[in-house]
Amino acid sequence: MKIIIPVAKVKKVAAEQTIRIVDKTIARTVEAGNFLTNIADGFLFVTRVTKETFSRSFEFREFLRQCFQIGNKTLPLISVTGLIIGIVLTIQMRPALASFGAVSLLPGMVAISLIREMGPVITALICAGKISSGMGAELGSMRVSEQIDAMEVSSVNPIRYLVVTRVLAATLMIPLLVLYADALGILGCWAGANIKGDVTFILFVSQAFGHIGFIDLIPAIIKTFFFGAVIGLVGTYKGYMAGRGTESVGIAANSAVVLASLLVIIIDLIAVQITDML
Amino acid sequence: MSETPTAKVDTAGSESPGPVIEVNNLRKGFGPEDVLVDFSMKLNNGENLVVLGKSGSGKSVLIKCIVRLLDPDEGTIRVLGEDVSSLDRIGLTELRKKIGFLFQSGALYDSMTVRQNLEFPLRRIKKDLSRQEIDEKVAEVLENVGLPDTLDKMPSQLSGGMRKRISLARTLMVDPLIMLYDEPTTGLDPVTSDEISTLIKEVQEKYKTSSVIITHDIECARTTADRIIMLLDGKVYKEGNLAEFENSTDTTIKSFFK
Repeated sequence: MKIIIPVAKVKKVAAEQTIRIVDKTIARTVEAGNFLTNIADGFLFVTRVTKETFSRSFEFREFLRQCFQIGNKTLPLISVTGLIIGIVLTIQMRPALASFGAVSLLPGMVAISLIREMGPVITALICAGKISSGMGAELGSMRVSEQIDAMEVSSVNPIRYLVVTRVLAATLMIPLLVLYADALGILGCWAGANIKGDVTFILFVSQAFGHIGFIDLIPAIIKTFFFGAVIGLVGTYKGYMAGRGTESVGIAANSAVVLASLLVIIIDLIAVQITDML
Repeated sequence: MSETPTAKVDTAGSESPGPVIEVNNLRKGFGPEDVLVDFSMKLNNGENLVVLGKSGSGKSVLIKCIVRLLDPDEGTIRVLGEDVSSLDRIGLTELRKKIGFLFQSGALYDSMTVRQNLEFPLRRIKKDLSRQEIDEKVAEVLENVGLPDTLDKMPSQLSGGMRKRISLARTLMVDPLIMLYDEPTTGLDPVTSDEISTLIKEVQEKYKTSSVIITHDIECARTTADRIIMLLDGKVYKEGNLAEFENSTDTTIKSFFK
């Protein structure tokens, strides 16, 4: 049986499909364009921040205030997390090491995993959540309430005052917070080791640090500076570039956490690869 | 586009004649829509110019273009003899030191006290001032806006009218030659609106400023205007003094001046 479809109907369906394809193509092109524009904006922002960082006048008081803010905001959370991570790692590792009769390696193994990986990454992720989102929300609301514009028209460079100080404060403070978290983690490890054993603190510390070399410490510290810079840059970028509505403050804070956390993980991956080659 | 040569105005704020702001054939759009189309205006030295218009008619866009918070799509803007579009970052910073901008929201820095808000621009623009000179200046401008007892308060502790006054005080800290007011009475009760309008007039007399006042508040226009420009659909609909507007038979103007 022949089915006869009118030519006009075929033409109409073809035209509709063509329109749909063209619409989708345009939408994809716009999306790709926006993505590239965002990358270009990000690149220009980082370039401007770098340039302003080395300018003559530096807002030292604001930099110190930001250092205090970062430490003050994150210290309790990092203290608790560092301590618990140390205890948990010890409790988890003990049975595996005991089955090989290598419990004496416990302090060294926990210390190495804390210093090389767990301490820096967990601290950086906490800071991405706490600091980056805070910066995104603060600068975003300053953008919405025209405070950044007010700064600009009163001849104050908002990048220098708001962004450079925050980025540098994060770059300096996050390595310090990581060292603090590492120390508390090792303390937690000692506490964990004493749950099912009896080790003096001095013996524990000498065993832990006996296994740690500069090759463990230096790359771990270097990568935390990059973590700090990225956390500061992402938070300030998202806030500084926020839109005009109140909704954009939430978007800035949220996207700052997501992007900063992702970049921390990517930097960690690159750092591990580089360290592995050394 | 016309490039009218404008004599550089004496930046000491003397009574030199000629326009301090000259806008020629300005066009500014967002996306496909033009907000300002072929807009031209002049602000004379020592004058209060009120720009009237409905919400969304491009009034705020105009003053943001004047200080280059927004870049115009076409046209020229000359402020104190300088072509704003052609200024580099340093030139623009120098020019902005001579302009005060009162934002619609006040735009006080939330994390700073009133004192810190007031000192903020002054410390960065006039770096050679001593602590005593700064304190004297802060006390003077607070006295001028009628809020001498708010020094250690946070912006969150101030009412809407007080925020506007402090914001005005902050712009006065650096003795601007030109004042740009963006909807100075919006969101305020009639009594406070009157006080702010009177304050604008006092600032003009005391600080010898030339001002552009963006508003849709007729009472504010009545109190402050030396001359009025009415904006409609991004263009100048009528220009004249208050009496010309009050006596106009045009229905659009009459709907404003009821």
